[in-house]
Amino acid sequence: MFGLLDPMSAHRRAAIVGVHNTPQGRRLENVTSRGLLVQAALGALADAGLALEDVDGVNAEPDAAGLIYDLSLGPAWQGRQFGIAAVPEAISAIESGQADVVLIAAAAAGVYRDRASTAPWTRPENEFVAPWGLFTAAEFALVARRHMITYGTTPEHLAQVAATIRNNGHHNPEAVYYGRGPFKPEDILASRMVADPFHLLDCSMTSEGGCAIVVAAADRLPDVIARPVYLLGAGADHFGPSYRYPPGWDLGGRRGGPVNGQVGKLAADRAFRHAGIDRPDVDVLELYDPFSFEIIRQLEAFGFCEPGEGGPFVADGHIDITGSHPVTTDGGTMAFSHAGASPQMLQRVIRGVQQVRGQAGPSQVPDASIALCSGGGAGALFNVVTILGTEPT
Amino acid sequence: MTRPLAAPLSPQHGHLPHAEPSPVTRPFWEGCAAGELLFQRCRGCRAAQFPPAEHCRACLETDLGWERGAGLGSLYSWTVVHRPVTPAFTVPYTPAIVDLDEGYQMMTNLIGVAPEAITPDLAVQVEFHDTAGGLRLPYFRPRGTA
Repeated sequence: MFGLLDPMSAHRRAAIVGVHNTPQGRRLENVTSRGLLVQAALGALADAGLALEDVDGVNAEPDAAGLIYDLSLGPAWQGRQFGIAAVPEAISAIESGQADVVLIAAAAAGVYRDRASTAPWTRPENEFVAPWGLFTAAEFALVARRHMITYGTTPEHLAQVAATIRNNGHHNPEAVYYGRGPFKPEDILASRMVADPFHLLDCSMTSEGGCAIVVAAADRLPDVIARPVYLLGAGADHFGPSYRYPPGWDLGGRRGGPVNGQVGKLAADRAFRHAGIDRPDVDVLELYDPFSFEIIRQLEAFGFCEPGEGGPFVADGHIDITGSHPVTTDGGTMAFSHAGASPQMLQRVIRGVQQVRGQAGPSQVPDASIALCSGGGAGALFNVVTILGTEPT
Repeated sequence: MTRPLAAPLSPQHGHLPHAEPSPVTRPFWEGCAAGELLFQRCRGCRAAQFPPAEHCRACLETDLGWERGAGLGSLYSWTVVHRPVTPAFTVPYTPAIVDLDEGYQMMTNLIGVAPEAITPDLAVQVEFHDTAGGLRLPYFRPRGTA
């Protein structure tokens, strides 16, 4: 089925063949974003068993062009998507014959300068938002509040999510906050309030680090040493620019359908339909976790529980590593790393790949073969979903 | 014994971040300076629109007029911020989304109420306050408390 197809074949397939995280840290000494980018790229190529000479496509937004030049990779296809969406974009490029081996890399060091704990790429500039003192915690809190009003979701439900993900990081030797737990929901609720209902420990951290993913045409698999992981389905929901308009739960569009509070629902529906599988087939959920509530929201939007049931669902242990729906198993942006706009999201895909390869260490979900990975959230008006598996569909 | 409520939330006074208005948005800020809450209304489909744009987001009509709103609405969502986005902001402050009676939403800060006393769908009214640098902002407070 995946023999040595002609590169221009309409049936050409691509797979993720290499992943790598550089060391992550709150602050990394003597490194630059560019240096981390190269380190991450070489790590992912080594994981794949491929060389720099094999690469004929690059996405490292916003540094892709510079990386192509500095690594002398031209002429190369250049990707433009950031975060999770870079993966389906690269696979489409290969499957349409535009490239054979695409390197996706992202890294950040030295970006958290001003007011060290607000991610600078999230600072609102819109004249109808900025004077009201908005920042990501407040934007996402405005969404969470609507859910609490409508469904009775509680701070305790949110704290259960944060404690679960932080405990995953506590057990992950590669996490920035390795060994910093264990956490109970009471510990989350006892941390200082940032933007209610979010306490400090309901929020992501800030950190530095790099990561990379290598995607290759199936006809290159004989050269690859890692187990290939396939993109079974993907979807991307966008409602507008992030951090420029009120993040209303009820923001909708002219076609009707899901509203912003359910952003990712259409993306997930499309991803599952394309994959030809359904929710019970998923073994592990590598959900983007900028704030605790986003996990509850995504479990509902992606159809793993009914609207409004996300709070009681997480309270019943479903999302633990040993539960029916393990989430964000490396510790996510709360405990693993939160190094820049693109790395934090690509790292959901990297963790999904590690899980289905059986390389997730102490947080391995037994026999995981299908992972759903997501990036974005209702506070930012977008969500991107990918479903990964060890067997092509 | 009931715990006493915290002090009512206050408007800001510092040098707040504010983008330079464009020709499309300037009438709104001129309205604020005059103590009037303005919004766009489409002369084609009559939809209320905010923030302003060159086209009606509903029917794409370009014939949009400015109207003065009553400044009355209800609270859609809010968050009490205890860690300011920049040192220009004094905490606590309360970013909020308000549903205006004319049929649009806007971002604001809620004032004149203790954080613990805020309730969903609270009836609110606009109140303008000057911040440093001559920026006059429309805040909202519980109706009838001015």
